[in-house]
Amino acid sequence: MKVIVDRDLCQGHGVCESEAPAVFSVGKNGVLEVLEEAPPEELRAQVEAAVRFCPTHALRIEED
Amino acid sequence: MTVDVGLREPPQVSGGEGEHGHLDELRIDPIALMRRVREECGDVGQFRLADRDVVLFTGAQANEAFFRAPEEVLDQAEAYPFMTPIFGEGVVFDAPPERRREMLHNQALRDKFMRGHAATIADEVETMVGAWGNEGTIDLLDWFAELTIYTSSACLIGSKFRHELDRRFAELYHDLEQGTDAIAYVDPYAPIDSFRRRDQARLGLVELVQRIMDRRGSGPAATDEDRDLLDVLMSIREEDGTPRFSTDMITGMFISMMFAGHHTTSGTAAWTLIELLRHPAELAAVRAELDELYAHGEEVSYQALREMPRLESAIKEALRLHPPLILVLRVVKEELEVEGFRVAPGKLVGASPAVSNRIAEDFPDPDAFVPERYLEPRAEDRANPWTWIPFGAGRHRCVGAPFAMMQLKAIFSVLLRNWDFELAQESDTYRNDHSKMVVQLAQPCVARFSRRAVRSGGS
Repeated sequence: MKVIVDRDLCQGHGVCESEAPAVFSVGKNGVLEVLEEAPPEELRAQVEAAVRFCPTHALRIEED
Repeated sequence: MTVDVGLREPPQVSGGEGEHGHLDELRIDPIALMRRVREECGDVGQFRLADRDVVLFTGAQANEAFFRAPEEVLDQAEAYPFMTPIFGEGVVFDAPPERRREMLHNQALRDKFMRGHAATIADEVETMVGAWGNEGTIDLLDWFAELTIYTSSACLIGSKFRHELDRRFAELYHDLEQGTDAIAYVDPYAPIDSFRRRDQARLGLVELVQRIMDRRGSGPAATDEDRDLLDVLMSIREEDGTPRFSTDMITGMFISMMFAGHHTTSGTAAWTLIELLRHPAELAAVRAELDELYAHGEEVSYQALREMPRLESAIKEALRLHPPLILVLRVVKEELEVEGFRVAPGKLVGASPAVSNRIAEDFPDPDAFVPERYLEPRAEDRANPWTWIPFGAGRHRCVGAPFAMMQLKAIFSVLLRNWDFELAQESDTYRNDHSKMVVQLAQPCVARFSRRAVRSGGS
């Protein structure tokens, strides 16, 4: 699975960081950094929660 | 850039023969005006506001162009002349997305602060209902406006500052919000009563903040635990030791920080309650959901606030039918082409949540309160990101939206679990006052409350 961010929509709320801290990190400037572009399968539930709860719907998962 | 000869000028809506074009109609029945633009002109049409054309966009395609446009093309800062006398000169109305991201990070709106905010908000509601007795009436505008002054000051500035405020702050703040007559498009300092009251209210707020600063200045220094934003701003000095920020500037910053989340949240809370009382089956579904979620004494914390499909849907439907902002505006900086129309620099462009939220193709039975439309698989908010726009959309989407939803869920978690409510007026007498750009409930808007007898096991 691959994580795709729509940079036009992301506002850096950090919900994804709370849901999947190994995959997402919001820096001091509020810019989202994707730590794992292709997260391992065991993080799927966390990444799906990040996608679902993103307040600006800026995330999606692309399957390999 | 060359002008494409194939492009047409946006058609003009009927009416507007007066000196200031459609200004008078905008001050009396803005929604009827904007609906007529869509009926007569389609997705792109214009009306006249004083010495400017306002090109009104409705529908998904035009709205997407509006909300995706960068600030170099559509600028927000100059579009709201009625806000400058409220915030004060030098307080920015808006910032580019990059700067907004930074501010969001710094400003307490981030996800990791939400759980603490939810607890703070629940406490504020408990404090206010603590004064209620067993039954009585409240004016929905006054009550929710006061509550949201306390919640937003506590969450955004600090709990210490919140506890230095009382009703007077809320009353003055209300006068500021009422000072948003669209006459500001002709003259933001026109000699009218609501502008005089606005300017007096701002002076009154500066005075209240000054008194708080005087008390803090002569009291013991702030400790690390209770230091709030006001302490921080007071401590910043110029090189020669004089304070960097005047009381006027600090007050302006606080007014602007609280503005976007105040009348919006207050009005949405009131409308959610009104609509639930108009629709008893929906109210019962929301209460059943809350009773189950809190069945074992759970705290009103962010975790518990996350999944409340029935309550969230009711709030979303109140937002769709009664959006707190009925018209959002930008100034055209570079020529824009939308659906074959040329939108020239210097014009204003608007998108209207009040009109787009009720487009029947996207929201079947558009005038009815139907919270089910947000449940899967319909999910009409996600399915229509450019017409379900109570929070705007795209790059400029309200950064406070998650905070607002959390706040509303916290408020109703306390109110609906412990209190019964009834409309105290005929149902159709609850309506919005559209005479100001800041839309608020028209008074009277009274509701009755009484202590709920049974907490769970059916009602």
